[in-house]
Amino acid sequence: MRVFLMTLLLACVLGAGGVGAQTPTDSQATPLSADPALEARVLKIAEELRCLVCQNETIAASQADLAKDLRQQIREQLTQGRTQPQILEFMSQRYGDFVLYRPPLQLSTVLLWAGPFVLLLVAAGVLLMNIRRRDPSTEPSPLTPAELQRAQRLLDDAGGTP
Amino acid sequence: MKRYLWPLAIFVVMLGFLGMGLQLNPRDVPSPLINKPVPSFRLPTLAAPDTLVAPQDLRGQVWLLNVWASWCVACQQEHPVLMDLAKTSAVPLIGLNYKDQRHLALNWLGKHGNPYKTTLFDMDGRVGLDFGVYGVPETYVIDKQGVIRLKFTGPVTPEAVREKLLPLMNELGA
Repeated sequence: MRVFLMTLLLACVLGAGGVGAQTPTDSQATPLSADPALEARVLKIAEELRCLVCQNETIAASQADLAKDLRQQIREQLTQGRTQPQILEFMSQRYGDFVLYRPPLQLSTVLLWAGPFVLLLVAAGVLLMNIRRRDPSTEPSPLTPAELQRAQRLLDDAGGTP
Repeated sequence: MKRYLWPLAIFVVMLGFLGMGLQLNPRDVPSPLINKPVPSFRLPTLAAPDTLVAPQDLRGQVWLLNVWASWCVACQQEHPVLMDLAKTSAVPLIGLNYKDQRHLALNWLGKHGNPYKTTLFDMDGRVGLDFGVYGVPETYVIDKQGVIRLKFTGPVTPEAVREKLLPLMNELGA
């Protein structure tokens, strides 16, 4: 299992990600633009996007060539004055909603968005039912006078020795 | 006894989901371009840098677009299948040479054989991006109206040709 995971990790790091898909490995990294403010905006948008080559990484984090290309694409579109929603729309038109790390709320994603809250409600319901149903006989009952006397005696005895 | 069966039942259900998840291919990302017109492009061919091809030039016929590159190892794997397809089918197979270098691509075709009627040269991968290419090789079936009908990600297998591509191409009247 561990070997398998390591191989998987390695495959992702190399940006190859399996037999079926590849990206070029010999090309150069896209040069960063000199403007740090622009770079920050590029990264902010890139963090919203999933890299389809290495599917658990964002475009911002991935070193796969596709991610570099898409970062370059974001950079160019920002310099052309396009907004974040426009750029995200551009990406999802080409790669589908899967590319968005924040999928839009629609019929096919309702379960995704509402699921956790539904589970929380169910869990709260179960908890409430259990509390209500708790058997009163298991509650500690008040001590009888005889038991009280015995407890008192035990405490006194304990107090007598150092 | 019953209260011990509940966690077991939940475990079995979760196991079922896990098993289903393992059957799925995470590379099969549904393309939003299915049943959409081919993105517009204007690309030089690999053989002749001065000859430009646009989707309108291919209108009125069913055609296949195969995205490949000389650096792509899986493309070599599917190559014999494409060679076969080109021999047996009348449907034009158009190559999209993706993020490659002209001389490397031409060498590759010289070495492995050329199944393509034409190969378009997409050096910077911009047209590939418009097609939503994320893993080479990819194959698209485009109908007479210039609408993308199928996208196949990964190397084309003889089974895929037999069970998916050929039936669809026949249906489209190729």
